[in-house]
Amino acid sequence: MAAAIIGRKIGMTRLYDGEGMNVPVTVIQAGPCFVSQLKTAEVDGYEAVQIAFEDIKGRSSTMPLIGHDAKAGISPKRLHREVRLGDGEAASYELGQALTLSIFDDVKYVDVIGTSKGKGFAGVMKRHGFKGQLASHGVERKHRSPGSVSGRSSNLGTGKPKKGIRMSGRMGGDRVTVRSLAVVGVDKDKNLLLVKGPVPGANKGLVLVREACRLYKGKAKHAKAK
Amino acid sequence: MSDAILQAVQQSQIKTDRPVLSIGDTVDVHVRIIEGAKERIQVFTGVIIKRQGSGIEQTITVRRIVANEGVERTFPVHSPRVAKFEIVRHGHTRRSKLYYLRERVGKKRRLRDRKSGLGWLTDQQDKADAARAEQEAKEKAAEQAAAEKAETAE
Repeated sequence: MAAAIIGRKIGMTRLYDGEGMNVPVTVIQAGPCFVSQLKTAEVDGYEAVQIAFEDIKGRSSTMPLIGHDAKAGISPKRLHREVRLGDGEAASYELGQALTLSIFDDVKYVDVIGTSKGKGFAGVMKRHGFKGQLASHGVERKHRSPGSVSGRSSNLGTGKPKKGIRMSGRMGGDRVTVRSLAVVGVDKDKNLLLVKGPVPGANKGLVLVREACRLYKGKAKHAKAK
Repeated sequence: MSDAILQAVQQSQIKTDRPVLSIGDTVDVHVRIIEGAKERIQVFTGVIIKRQGSGIEQTITVRRIVANEGVERTFPVHSPRVAKFEIVRHGHTRRSKLYYLRERVGKKRRLRDRKSGLGWLTDQQDKADAARAEQEAKEKAAEQAAAEKAETAE
């Protein structure tokens, strides 16, 4: 698990593959990213590479961050993300090195990590997929309610709901990983990566794209057959 | 900016050989049908009752009557599965969606032919041009008058 890059979600569209099938596609403008820090086993206890994305004006950044980037010999950047590496892999990176989409040359499937759209305070039907109550048969004003939250066993004597009962609350705005999205196309001149299917977050949102950690069984079979 | 990028991505797949498809047109849609290794073309003829989306995502819905039963099919305009669209005739319409045809039976289903092709469009253009010319002439005259006035004042 080495190759990773940061980008912005541009939006979705559709393309046609060779057989004329309709492929839903998300366009991600990814990179170029720069290596802003290398973590090694001797110093940090583990190996990782920190990549930085998107130029930012010095006055919008902070002195510590500007200094951090300057140490790697790069201009101030907006976003820094760390990617864990296997043993000895850190040697293949150097400080200030530019990472472009060419790192995905042989990659067929990627994982995309982003922040999902905020949904605000959502009820249990939306948030947890509860069924809600009936629409009729005497149900009044409780059509979307969760029903009973159940009492905890009486020997505790608390009369409280069990821990971890799913209820309504803030939904969205979470870090979400979508696994094993097929790479449909790469445009290295424009730094565009096309992946099949949706990715988390709103358009213009920041996403981290990495080589797929592992494939689901079905997809793995499919990839092998290809 | 992001819209421009999306458009650029779509650009390579947008087919430029598609005719202008307007609502009410009767079209022959030549659909490629792939059966195993074989490929053949089937023609679906009907009236365009709906156009939706834009760019590569544009689709049209074509309605025809098969064995006394209404059939509607939706085709992506830029799909490679559609070999070509052939416009048979232009129908006259005053709606952008012709859902009312679904309730029509028999002869009432027919649409009047559009009278003068795209004449109305050129007419509109001519009118606009004439109006603009008139406006410009007026402005020029006003300017001249103002200049003359200034001169006489001096």
